[in-house]
Amino acid sequence: MLPELLQSLPVPAALEAWDPQAIVDGSLELGETLLWVAPEKIVALCRELRDNLEFERICGVTAIDRYPLEPRFEVVYFLHSISRNLRLKLKVALPGADPAVQSVTAIWAGADWYEREAFDLFGIRFEGHPNLKRIMMPEGWEGHPLRRDFPTHGHKYSYQNE
Amino acid sequence: MSDPDISTSATMDPAQPGGETTTRRMVLNMGPQHPSTHGVLRILLELDGETITKAEPDIGFLHTGIEKQAEALNWQQVVTLTDRMDYLANLSNNLAYALPVEKLLQIEIPDKAQWLRVLLVELTRINSHLVWLGTHALDLGAMTVFFYCFREREDLLRIFEMFSGQRLMTSYIRIGGLALEPPRGWQQVVKKFNDALPSNIDEYEELLNTNPIFLNRVKGVGVLPLEKLLALSVTGPLIRAAGLKWDIRKSEPYSSYEKFDFDVPVYQESDVWARYRVRMEEMRQSQRIVKQALEGMPEGPWKADAPKVVLPDREKMKTQMEALIYHFKIVTEGFRVPAGEAFVPTESPRGEIGFFVVSDGTSKPLRVFMRTPSFGNLQALPALFEGNLVANSIAALGSLDFMLGDVDR
Repeated sequence: MLPELLQSLPVPAALEAWDPQAIVDGSLELGETLLWVAPEKIVALCRELRDNLEFERICGVTAIDRYPLEPRFEVVYFLHSISRNLRLKLKVALPGADPAVQSVTAIWAGADWYEREAFDLFGIRFEGHPNLKRIMMPEGWEGHPLRRDFPTHGHKYSYQNE
Repeated sequence: MSDPDISTSATMDPAQPGGETTTRRMVLNMGPQHPSTHGVLRILLELDGETITKAEPDIGFLHTGIEKQAEALNWQQVVTLTDRMDYLANLSNNLAYALPVEKLLQIEIPDKAQWLRVLLVELTRINSHLVWLGTHALDLGAMTVFFYCFREREDLLRIFEMFSGQRLMTSYIRIGGLALEPPRGWQQVVKKFNDALPSNIDEYEELLNTNPIFLNRVKGVGVLPLEKLLALSVTGPLIRAAGLKWDIRKSEPYSSYEKFDFDVPVYQESDVWARYRVRMEEMRQSQRIVKQALEGMPEGPWKADAPKVVLPDREKMKTQMEALIYHFKIVTEGFRVPAGEAFVPTESPRGEIGFFVVSDGTSKPLRVFMRTPSFGNLQALPALFEGNLVANSIAALGSLDFMLGDVDR
């Protein structure tokens, strides 16, 4: 459900009218609009945003690890409409065990590397991604470095352990 | 593409003299050509004769886990990491990081600090464009421009050293203002550089704009339509060279950019030549901004009045108990940032740079996501390369103006 505060804004209101089930929650903090989206609706919602609400580009995709809380991962999408000079953040909550969400690369080709990065560093699978493989870490690396339970120092690859 | 085949691309069938030529696809590693490709960027090219049929950039060689390290440092210490991302635009990175954290802290930055930030960031833009111009011209066979550009860059690095004590890793823009008081006599040094810049830019243009070799290699090369660039998350001068007047300094002004008068250069052709002209014009506009900042520099403090965040003056620390306590607290454990998240986009020399910072209320960030321009821009590389000649790919690669430290972080 869309909170009261966001119902007066044109984009969240239009999305709410398009599919009342898609938006789970939302907030407006420090002037930034954030919408929590149901994971299974993310692709359809993004298509609606691009086709009918002029969000021409995706500025980035990343994740936040809330370990040890559940749901552990938040995938964050930064969307931008240049013609409306408007920015929008979308979030999807994913569980710690086998986190996976549909890829939005079919909508914005620019999401490609950002999703690969989130896959590499957080271990979140983006289903339907054309080339989902590690981008930063070497092939065969074990673990996902940006997870909160991956140590900054002293992991098995550390030069100090050699 | 995993199995490189380095046989010749065309073989004649010996059984049939003068018979049909059979061609084979060849996979090659490109480079090192552009200064960014010496060991840090690998591009796999699949060739059909001289034409590139597939290009695949392989990145990550410079990945140093900056986002991971940021989670282990306190808020102010992260500034030093931002220098090491895009090492030609350090001050732009410092500013891009300071803005969202200041947004979370809700501290007011005094006018003088904001104006000095604008001045320094514009000098950084000139610095970055000078290095781009020099190396891009060098790639295309015009060597002299490189020396001329580095002559001016040396002056700029001296200015940065004068302000911060460092030529490259400046860390001068901090959360809450600036790191140090601006040095005595900085106005004269910056003015001298800035006044000479327009005639220096004329000099570079004279060397290149009348050079038929350079013109032949850049005109009509590396063309990509605007829609494709936008869909690929490309930002900055590349977008403006494709005909869209979009500059974050104008559309979402930060750090008092709204008080400055400057134009956003736009060209329609979307080729290497248009990107070159956009960057040259941007240097002139930056020069205008620096001039306005010098003339209208407000008086006042250069750091925010936020004792829990900003280190106290040295004298106060030695004479006032309260200041000493704050100093001790900030140095030993850092300051706490209210829980929440913020994202502030800014315009770096290469495009849109924005830091997404998440705080859980402690003195260390929970997550710092760095939306860097080079990472987004480099995604356009396959589209730029495929279907074009190998020789043209050098010019197209240079026109992207990426920085591998910024890509890999």
